[in-house]
Amino acid sequence: MNRQTWFRRLALFFGFAFLYVPILSMIVYSFNNSRLVTVWDTKDSPTLKWYRELLSNDQILNAAWLSIQVAAVTATIAVVLGTLAGLVLARFGPFKGRTLLSGMTTAPLVMPEVITGLSLLLLFVFLEQLIGWPKGRGFATIAIAHITFAMAYVTVVVQSRLASFDDSLEEAALDLGARPAKVFFRITLPLILPAILSGWLLAFTLSWDDLVISQFVAGPGSTTLPMVVFSKVRLGVSPDINALATIMVSIVGLGVVISALYMRRQERRLALEMQLAKSDN
Amino acid sequence: MAHSPVRQRQKQPIDSWGAGRLGLIFSLLYRYGPPRWSQYVRKHWSGQRLVIGLPYLWLIMFFAVPFIIVLKLSFSTVRLAMPPFAPLIEKVSEVAYTLNLNLGNYAFLLSDALYVNSYLYSVKVAAFSTVFCLLIGYPMSYAIARATPTMRSIWLMLVILPFWTSFLLRVYAWVGLLKTDGLINQVMGLVGLGPFTMMYTDFSVYIGIVYSYLPFMILPLYSNLEKHDLTLLEASADLGAGPIKSFLRITLPLSIPGMIAGSLLVFIPAVGEYVIPSLLGRSDQLMIGRVLSDEFFSNRDWPVASAVSIAMLLLLVVPIVLFQRFQNRELAGAKT
Repeated sequence: MNRQTWFRRLALFFGFAFLYVPILSMIVYSFNNSRLVTVWDTKDSPTLKWYRELLSNDQILNAAWLSIQVAAVTATIAVVLGTLAGLVLARFGPFKGRTLLSGMTTAPLVMPEVITGLSLLLLFVFLEQLIGWPKGRGFATIAIAHITFAMAYVTVVVQSRLASFDDSLEEAALDLGARPAKVFFRITLPLILPAILSGWLLAFTLSWDDLVISQFVAGPGSTTLPMVVFSKVRLGVSPDINALATIMVSIVGLGVVISALYMRRQERRLALEMQLAKSDN
Repeated sequence: MAHSPVRQRQKQPIDSWGAGRLGLIFSLLYRYGPPRWSQYVRKHWSGQRLVIGLPYLWLIMFFAVPFIIVLKLSFSTVRLAMPPFAPLIEKVSEVAYTLNLNLGNYAFLLSDALYVNSYLYSVKVAAFSTVFCLLIGYPMSYAIARATPTMRSIWLMLVILPFWTSFLLRVYAWVGLLKTDGLINQVMGLVGLGPFTMMYTDFSVYIGIVYSYLPFMILPLYSNLEKHDLTLLEASADLGAGPIKSFLRITLPLSIPGMIAGSLLVFIPAVGEYVIPSLLGRSDQLMIGRVLSDEFFSNRDWPVASAVSIAMLLLLVVPIVLFQRFQNRELAGAKT
């Protein structure tokens, strides 16, 4: 056991402790009976009291339902637009306005959220004055705002997936007389399906998690889950938020493990198919 | 290079279809039959236009146009009405227009110490957080890149996993840890240290930003470190260099692109950070994201809020352009 190995182990140990201790502390304290988050009530803990309180809180449940709907709509539309943009950037070669398109797809990745939120709100206000749409702000405006920044992430994921293999299969299909649309659905789409799936999940998570942009473009009647959580947390520590965090971490953990297993199977199948295709020649 | 015969045979009908420029009607007359959609589409590639057009239109409408509106508003004058600003070009009579170009918002930003202060403070916080991220992220990325392939994918998954859980809740978790009667002070109390005041200080903001953005530092660094040619290190060991010298002379210089990419990914969003300073930060010193949001929601001064965002973008334009160039090079390089 040399010094370098020990150094690496220490780096991993402390790094992952830093990443996971806060999450673990929330999970542990979600079973704490005491309202004071920092005091562990040894007599009545562990308890599911905060979970019961959380699940009977209509404000949180309604906000969560709205967030799920917005996230599902966002992810679906963002995946369509992002896949098209990724395809254009990776496969269509140079065309007029390509630089502008690639700029507009990478800029939202690093654009400060407050600026994106402010600019979209101003757009909606102007549009309402000009053409009377959108009437007020709510579901549609939140979804449009989320799609705009989520599609940038999908574009990058799809584009880098497309860049990882060359277009010889697509070219072969075109040579054999398939129409571009058919080539896309029969060749390209199956190849980038893992990227599209992870793009959808990414877009869903980004939308589900977004606070700042939603705060700008949401109307009085539409409060998303992060907005409720933020206003609760700002007033002080509330233990039912720990319960919420535990539920979310469990779902995400399960989802990530399942999707990682799925991706690995998909990758292997792809590698196998490519090998078979090569050995056929 | 010779094309396959299949391809040449395919090409001919398309080329002789040059008359198709006149469009669908011509094809009707020419063929005496139902229009051949497939050939029409192939010739004109209207599908291609649709494919380019859809995302393009969306981004123009919801990314470029809003940005132009912000730019325009930042030169407007505030007034008590709805919307709360004067139009840039105002009709004063049938024939006369006035141009209300107002540079006052920018002059105001420069003259008021609050704004200059928050800009400098935001840059300072973002810079320090980036350095801390690098200091924690580099050893981790290095250790992950040198692990066995199976362990590598497990470690990477563990790095990404917190990123998929709610950002807001992860920041909130630190409130319980950092409070004066929080977990860290309790543990320190056991060995007779503290209590330390950690909440609502610069320290708690650094912790929050480093914690939230660490995956953005680790991932580009890892993908750089993983590609290194390890025979270079063997060669340098053969030539008598110790591990530290080899690291400083070979690994570190080679990893500079990864360090730059990771740092930009942390620094740029950290400057405009809103949630972390709101939950963990000082109340006597605001970051610029908070100033913008207060200006807009509390003061209802839309022109000044717009000027604040344009000024913030000017500050970030160099790092953003750097990042874009890096991103494009990465995506182009992925092919080889």
